[in-house]
Amino acid sequence: MTTWEYAPAPESRDTAGLRSSYGMFIDGAFTGGAATFKSVNPADEEVLAEVAEAGPADVDRAVTAARTAYDRFWSKLPGRERAKYIFRIARLIQERARELAVLESLDNGKPIKESRDVDIPLAAAHFFYYAGWADKLEYAGLGPGPRPLGVAGQVIPWNFPLLMASWKLAPALATGNTCILKPAETTPLTALVLADICRQADLPPGVVNVLPGAGATGQALVEHPGIDKVAFTGSTAVGKEILRKIAGTPKSVTLELGGKAANIIFDDAPIDQAVEGIVNGIFFNQGHVCCAGSRLLLQESIADEVISSLKRRLKTLRLGDPLDKNTDIGAINSAEQLARIVELTDAGDAAGATRWSPECALPDRGYWFAPTVFTDVSQSHRIAREEIFGPVLSVLTFRTPAEAVDKANNTPYGLSAGIWTDKGSRILWMAQRMRAGVVWANTFNRFDPTSPFGGYQESGFGREGGRHGLAAYCAH
Amino acid sequence: MVVESARDDAPAGVDAQQLRRTLFGLSGVDQVGAHARAAALATRSIKKDAKVWALRRAVQMIDLTTLEGADTPGKVRALCAKAQRPDPADPTVPPVAAVCVYPDLVETAVTALRGSPVAVASVATAFPSGRASPATRLADVGDAVAAGAGEIDMVIDRGAFLVGRFNRVYDEITAVKAACGPARLKVILETGELSTLDNVRRASWLALSAGADFIKTSTGKVSPAATPAVALVMLEAVRDFADRTGQQRGVKLAGGIRAAKEAVRYLVMVKEVAGEDWLTPDLFRLGASSLLNDLLMQLTKECTGVYSGPDYFTLD
Amino acid sequence: MPTERRTRPGPAAERTDVRKTYKLYVGGAFPRSESGRSYPVYDARGRLLANASKASRKDLRDAVVAARKAVSGWSEATAYNRGQVLYRVAEMLEGRRAQFESEVAGSERVTARRAARLVEQSIDRWVWYAGWTDKIAQITGGANPVAGPYYDFTVPEPTGVVGVLAPQESALLGLISVIAPVVAGGNTAVVICSQERPLPAITLGEVLATSDLPGGVVNLLTGETAEMAPWLAGHMDVNAIDLTGAADGMRTELERAAADNVKRVYRGRESDWTADPGIGRLSAFLEHKTLWHPVGI
Repeated sequence: MTTWEYAPAPESRDTAGLRSSYGMFIDGAFTGGAATFKSVNPADEEVLAEVAEAGPADVDRAVTAARTAYDRFWSKLPGRERAKYIFRIARLIQERARELAVLESLDNGKPIKESRDVDIPLAAAHFFYYAGWADKLEYAGLGPGPRPLGVAGQVIPWNFPLLMASWKLAPALATGNTCILKPAETTPLTALVLADICRQADLPPGVVNVLPGAGATGQALVEHPGIDKVAFTGSTAVGKEILRKIAGTPKSVTLELGGKAANIIFDDAPIDQAVEGIVNGIFFNQGHVCCAGSRLLLQESIADEVISSLKRRLKTLRLGDPLDKNTDIGAINSAEQLARIVELTDAGDAAGATRWSPECALPDRGYWFAPTVFTDVSQSHRIAREEIFGPVLSVLTFRTPAEAVDKANNTPYGLSAGIWTDKGSRILWMAQRMRAGVVWANTFNRFDPTSPFGGYQESGFGREGGRHGLAAYCAH
Repeated sequence: MVVESARDDAPAGVDAQQLRRTLFGLSGVDQVGAHARAAALATRSIKKDAKVWALRRAVQMIDLTTLEGADTPGKVRALCAKAQRPDPADPTVPPVAAVCVYPDLVETAVTALRGSPVAVASVATAFPSGRASPATRLADVGDAVAAGAGEIDMVIDRGAFLVGRFNRVYDEITAVKAACGPARLKVILETGELSTLDNVRRASWLALSAGADFIKTSTGKVSPAATPAVALVMLEAVRDFADRTGQQRGVKLAGGIRAAKEAVRYLVMVKEVAGEDWLTPDLFRLGASSLLNDLLMQLTKECTGVYSGPDYFTLD
Repeated sequence: MPTERRTRPGPAAERTDVRKTYKLYVGGAFPRSESGRSYPVYDARGRLLANASKASRKDLRDAVVAARKAVSGWSEATAYNRGQVLYRVAEMLEGRRAQFESEVAGSERVTARRAARLVEQSIDRWVWYAGWTDKIAQITGGANPVAGPYYDFTVPEPTGVVGVLAPQESALLGLISVIAPVVAGGNTAVVICSQERPLPAITLGEVLATSDLPGGVVNLLTGETAEMAPWLAGHMDVNAIDLTGAADGMRTELERAAADNVKRVYRGRESDWTADPGIGRLSAFLEHKTLWHPVGI
């Protein structure tokens, strides 16, 4: 029997239009900074570009630009006119989709098929969706005459760089706020192309500003007295820090933080689709997903069957070059994140859980971690409680629906949950009891601009997406 | 039919209750999830050597088919020539797996293919509707086997299946299997009439349990015929059947597959769902006619680097 | 008039009042503070009205336990049922109008006429919120037209246990305006009542205790706001906090403490309680859950 190996099918790197250096975007212009930092391709550790690092003075300038744009123009512009700018941005993202997809995969390490089929199309869809709201806010159920908050400081993570930028900017702009976006230190590039898109759209200077930098930049932005709103997506620890910083100020805040979602499989589930849902739940985007289904809860009667099906399925996953169109698992975004995954999985070993990975050669350079499944996991293990944010699944079992509910909810987080069963009434019974903002039943990791997304408890508050996403940027 | 139904209630070759429990005990199929999985597999990008391998392998998996009322011995002989040497310009292109005809033309095909590795397959059991008495359907099989068919493509009684008379379908398959003798049996589920993927999975399992060597999607006379989601579910069925019994059985997709690109996508599905073992004509077939020329055209493109045109390939 | 103390005993023929003891309302019961402490409550002219229980952080802890215990029953009751229970509370408030008028007049130093008006508005406010229980989901929830074969809908759910720092000034209308939205949304409440004007709150507790409201859904603590509020804000089993009754000087500290478990903080303020409240408070203590399911055969 001949084996059939897929030939390499790499997307051309040239499409990314990568430049050697990128400035920050303030008041409609790209400018250099006093300092720069390097953005690295996590798949091979090569430096992609030098990027200007925004310092406190740059934050000041951006806040002034955003305030001026807000006072003089954007907040006074009729909604129907704001809408047209946002529609333009949506179209430009579609037109430059391939460029953005390749750049995203280079900078983030995610497989090109995901950046191409998920990140970029969804980013454009978000702008389309919110563009249409700009002149319909009176109908959004936010009370009479919803008003913008003012200048929004938005800090986003590295796992979906352009998509998270879109989740932040689109509703803020639609409601008449001006924005200062701080992309993650390891993934600033697509946000800067988005800034260029804003320029191509003739968005007035200062309405959107993009300040690359690390934690210090984000902190300077969040603490700046000139902003009215903080929107943050990232870790729960940083989210709490932000809450402490803005305590006592009039700033509004919404947070989308970590998660440790349970993906619950009942014995009457459609097993093949459930296995796909498990894979999609934890191995999509290398598990760098706050709503990842990182805790698999299997009904004991089918646990062995599902685990063996899952293992067989994982053997078909292709790990490697993110730009290869057949890659399923890309690179871990940074050395730091890889170290965290290693630390937590080592803790899993030490606690006595059983580790399994498919045979899978890791590239010599870059940051890589094989898809990993832990069985014999207890609720008390760190790998069952802490967010790993990597391609690591912890498998637990349950016997009854009530036990599944108790185990699923036994966490300070509450972002998402998955339920797999062919019994409709059980789906609704379970869904009502999940302490989670998004419940996927017989599916997992689905996203849509019309669908509110956000957490319970320590997974944050406020919703992004849908009509509810407008509330985060309106005084009401 | 009343007589038939009375017979159903009596103990038959298979325990009706047991069979029903088995089929309804199979895991359900979520249609949306199955479609999503099939669509995801279709995004695999198959290039260069991998593509050439797939195109050639797809040629070897074809059941080159003509099932028209207007078929004649001349038409069948032309098809048999094409089957043995698909591309006169390139002798390295392998022959197809089989030629598939109506029972009355089996003899013509057997004669034309004597000495070649190409098998003769015949549809039977009152193809395509299956709406004839059991005796007539079995006689149809007997004729084809007697004429030398090495493979029999039967149709199940979809009506019986849809009203839950699973044992009737089961018993008929076992009877046909017995009538086949050494001939291989492909059981056509006509998935376009089964409506749901749950039914496709149950019908697949039923046919495999009853002794089908292959489960086959369609007659080609009903739309939709082979679809990616149906293929996915049937490949999962043979995979699971092998897990359960250790026996590897085949899948044949038929109807509507015309483009080489589709064929390559199906091979990806075979590889990633059933496994590498199934990438052989013994376990996977494509029932088609016009597909062959598109495969040849794409092969030529891969070898010459130039896009070809239909005038450079024989019609049959 | 139970809350009025006379400086001199009345004539021998006059009946001596049976005075009321003001205790805490926790888990449906009326305990004294576990600390045994009490503090004097005066009217606006400085006359002693009563000794109120001075709750401790342990009383607060007990109240949170009671509130947590009550969450499942109250939040899983049908919205219709919650509406009925809350409306029944309004009926019973109506029956105690005279007592509330007297307490409000004593607490807030307003005329009897003004006090009567405030009590009417309080009862009407409660009725208004009682009617929201089975409507709010239709206002803030809905179906989401996602671009795919999925049925996707969003429903509001209660946040859980809500800590409430009741207004310090408006002893009844303000109190009801902060409690009613919390419980109408299906939450349970731990309320730190107005420090200097606590008496209407405890009478409200007596109303709640004799209504159909399950014990623990509303828990009322009297005492020093500044002493208890940090414990409430920092409590890891409290999901949200309403800062309305917090002094300006303590708000920053309370928000910081609330960050430890990412509490939802409602930065409420003393305001014109007679104005249309809107659904801001009701929405502040709701989470939105979105459920996806494929649509297929």
